[in-house]
Amino acid sequence: MSDWIEACAADDIDEEDVIRFDHAGRTFALYRSPEDEFFATDGLCTHEQIHLSQGLVMGDIIECPKHNGRFNYKTGAARGAPVCVNLRTYPVKIDAGKVFIQLG
Amino acid sequence: MIIIGAGEGGTRAAFALREAGYDGTITLVGAERHLPYERPPLSKEAMTSTDAPAIKAIADAARLKEHRIDLVGTTTATSIDRANRSVRLTNGSDLEYDKLLIATGATPRRLPLAGLGSRCVYLRTFDDALAIRSHLGPGCRIAIVGGGFIGLELAASARKLGADVTVIEAQSRILMRGVPEDIATVVHETHATEGVDIVCGDGIATINDRADGVRITLASGLQVTADLAIIGIGAVPVTTLAETAGLTLNNGIAVDAQLRTSDPLIFAAGDCCSFPLAVYGGRRVRLEAWRSAQEHGALAARNMLGSEEALACVPWFWSDQYGLSLQIAGLPDEGERTVRRDLDDGAFILFHLKEDGRLVAASGIGPGNAVARDIRLAEMLIAKSARPDIGALAAPSVKLKSLLAA
Repeated sequence: MSDWIEACAADDIDEEDVIRFDHAGRTFALYRSPEDEFFATDGLCTHEQIHLSQGLVMGDIIECPKHNGRFNYKTGAARGAPVCVNLRTYPVKIDAGKVFIQLG
Repeated sequence: MIIIGAGEGGTRAAFALREAGYDGTITLVGAERHLPYERPPLSKEAMTSTDAPAIKAIADAARLKEHRIDLVGTTTATSIDRANRSVRLTNGSDLEYDKLLIATGATPRRLPLAGLGSRCVYLRTFDDALAIRSHLGPGCRIAIVGGGFIGLELAASARKLGADVTVIEAQSRILMRGVPEDIATVVHETHATEGVDIVCGDGIATINDRADGVRITLASGLQVTADLAIIGIGAVPVTTLAETAGLTLNNGIAVDAQLRTSDPLIFAAGDCCSFPLAVYGGRRVRLEAWRSAQEHGALAARNMLGSEEALACVPWFWSDQYGLSLQIAGLPDEGERTVRRDLDDGAFILFHLKEDGRLVAASGIGPGNAVARDIRLAEMLIAKSARPDIGALAAPSVKLKSLLAA
């Protein structure tokens, strides 16, 4: 059940930013919020399969780099056109300066 | 509420009415036989997908039903009776409205030549895309008239499918309208590398539909023979309905900053209307852009419900060709000086500024979405009428986000 995968060092992600993490044929997006908390979602936008890691993080929103679809990366909730399907989110923990993601 | 036109703007407006809490009837009248769909893929994925092409629906039937949006397809409006607040449809019905939204879009500008025949085609609708796609394949000869976005995206798609492609542009270079020369040069060189033959500065003298193909003769005497000629020389707003209703026109249907036409009960949105852009001191523009249509639809819906919001957006669009993506925020022709920021992998951004340092536009090109984040941040800086530090703009190590807080 508790498949914690080491993804990166916490310092690899700037505050209020996002990076891409690929694992076992899947792609994820890892976020560091302005409040210095970490989050993970599926890596591709639900609108047109674009990597969100090249998007812009503002507050608790990730905006897709292609068509500006917006999601709350903390909950995965789609926040308006053109996206209407939520992002899947994953639990994240920090241990000894490393970011771990639970794929379950 | 009645919405004429079920493209991006009209459909967005229908949903925005519900999102704003409107509980009455919403009728969305669309000219095509399809569910409302996104047009950007028509020149790209709809041409090159390995699967059979399909519309990318903005909303499926279930979602329309859930939001109680009555879609009337294969139908247009023929006249508006403004005194009695009703609109007549081609299916013979008269519908009464409280507020009316005209989102009739644009239609390809026609080449003013006789004898074009059935092998000279235009792209606007999914059915147009299907017709074009049926001609594309290895070795077929495709002539594209017009070096704008539609033409160049189609050129890239046709090359991907192995067609021999010639692009004919009457102006001295491609992408003359709205794209800075340095960026157009990158696009031109990429097409040349991919094997597209681009002819610039040569207008069309005649087109003849012959047994061996479409014969295009240029002003210089050069001749191009093709199995299919695709004409992409711009688009004109669809204004017949507004015109016969006596609404004020000005490069499309003239609307105010709240998207209201000269009749306060009738609004217009998207490609069919011209509107004042606050960020450029009220300069009147008409945009043919996907996101602008969305923003218009959402704003028009709220204002139809009595909100009095003014449009405060910055124009933005993108184009994908091969692995390259180009994005432009703002109107580069507002700029008086340019600052260049070089990113990885040959990607770069041009910042267009007024003499007084105010950022008015940013245009970028690069592989994938390399320029997306910076262009988005530039858009926010433009919206704030920011005067960013020139050195910071030029230095890729400086995060643009840090300038936003300044």
